[in-house]
Amino acid sequence: MSLEQFKNRNVGTQNYVKLDLDHTPTSGWCQFKQVVKRTFKPELFVGLWVTLREMINALFRGKMHTTQYPFEKLPISPRYRAIHDMLRLLESGHYRCIGCGLCEKICISNCITMETRYDENQRKEVSEYTINFGRCIFCGYCAEVCPELAIVHGQRYETASEQRASFSLFEDMLTPIDQLNLQQEYQGFGAVSPNADENIKKTPLAY
Amino acid sequence: METATMLPEVTAAGVIIKAVLILAVIAAIAGFGTYIERKVLAFMQRRLGPQHVGPFGLLQLAADGIKLFTKEDIIPQHANKIIFAVAPVITAATAFIALAAVPVFPDFTIPLLDIYVPSIASDVNVGILFVLGMMAAGLYGPLLAGMAQANKWGIIGSARTAIQFLSYEVVTGLSILAPIMMVGSLSFVDFNNYQADGTWIVVYQPVAFVLFLIAGYAETNRTPFDLLEHEAEIVSGYVTEYSGMRWGLFFIGEYANMITIGVIASIVFLGGYNDFWIFPGWLMIIAKIAFSFFFMLWVRAAWPHIRPDQLMWLCWKVLMPLAVVNVVITGIVMMIVG
Ligand code: SF4
Ligand code: SF4
Repeated sequence: MSLEQFKNRNVGTQNYVKLDLDHTPTSGWCQFKQVVKRTFKPELFVGLWVTLREMINALFRGKMHTTQYPFEKLPISPRYRAIHDMLRLLESGHYRCIGCGLCEKICISNCITMETRYDENQRKEVSEYTINFGRCIFCGYCAEVCPELAIVHGQRYETASEQRASFSLFEDMLTPIDQLNLQQEYQGFGAVSPNADENIKKTPLAY
Repeated sequence: METATMLPEVTAAGVIIKAVLILAVIAAIAGFGTYIERKVLAFMQRRLGPQHVGPFGLLQLAADGIKLFTKEDIIPQHANKIIFAVAPVITAATAFIALAAVPVFPDFTIPLLDIYVPSIASDVNVGILFVLGMMAAGLYGPLLAGMAQANKWGIIGSARTAIQFLSYEVVTGLSILAPIMMVGSLSFVDFNNYQADGTWIVVYQPVAFVLFLIAGYAETNRTPFDLLEHEAEIVSGYVTEYSGMRWGLFFIGEYANMITIGVIASIVFLGGYNDFWIFPGWLMIIAKIAFSFFFMLWVRAAWPHIRPDQLMWLCWKVLMPLAVVNVVITGIVMMIVG
């Protein structure tokens, strides 16, 4: 795709639909015709009917528009980028993060802080992991770069809280172990494409 | 209210009861009207309207009342304090005084006490003139309020009040003149009795009815003609500087006037409180007033408001000539037929 269409600054001629306005009346007769036309066109009553129809729709046909927000919520896109989730492995229940530090490195607002150490099996263990949500811009880079699909964006968009730290500790973001069966894979940034299996090829060994 | 001429059997107690009844009922309805208005407008836009305070949001009314009463009553520094304070009272008072000469329910007798309550607080024999005059006097409320508050939006609002109310007063008077000629009386009771046979005056006078409705909307400052306080243009017009209960008084006055217009339209044009088919008179009059109130809300939901110059054009070049022609034709027909 070329940049041509973005460089076109001539905005006045694109995609505008002109209203089909009548001509301004020039003579007295034209004016008279216009007045008569407007007088006997039942436009006012059309307006009344429209509002009444909508009232009937809303009251008796269940077409009320209002979402009573705190009690009802509209579904949001599975790709929505809200407060992060840390996912677990389904088999073992262990957290997926391997402490590679890529997310910390790529975060463009420098808001991921983590510390790692070796555990007793000489495996890397995440000892500290926090995201400063006062700085996070929800860009999704961390989810995209994570090799283990460990850090993803969740669906929690109601982020008012008494403390800045409320959502941001590792334990807060981690899927609770008893809700492991409810854990959803994230479909947005960094997710495996739906046809990933077809794209896997054997590594050519004939070097 | 009670000092006007009374029919012989009407006792002072009956009149006082009626006056209190009108005051209580109309004040309650005026408050309730805000709730109805919000609900109806909401439904017409497929919203829910107030619904969290009390069942179906009914107590929203009380919440608003408490809010209005407890809000600080601000009087601007450069305002003319006395006039500023008195203006809302003028609006509310004239609205209620106008209702004194309007028959709202048919006569009834309180069973145990044997007190006869008349249909009308005071059956002035020039009832229509009295009511129209009172509603016209109500113009001083917005006018003085706007001029006293030392605010440019208020001044514009009160200027609009003056032109709008004065102009449409002419149309109201002329449009209602034709029915007056037919009935030959200025008393509402005579109007009601004239239609006792079931033929409503609107059948003979459709033009006058439409003119009266249009002018009525202009005088009650309802939507196609709500130029006095149109938010998009002049902030809030004559109520810009008002807060709390003083603002509430304007509101109550406006709603009481809406009811008055509804009552006049029902009695003069739509058959009054006569029994209709199997429905008793009191139900008919309530139904008619309720419908005319609903129609005002309906119109508000459906129609945009017009510019001041269009308002004047409509009044002086369309409505007033129509009203005059209507009066002349009525006169000629009456001369030929009668
Ligand atoms: S979403 Fe972006 S800003 Fe927020 S933690 Fe991830 S990389 Fe950093
Ligand atoms: S990129 Fe993924 S695996 Fe690596 S530290 Fe971040 S969350 Fe853990």
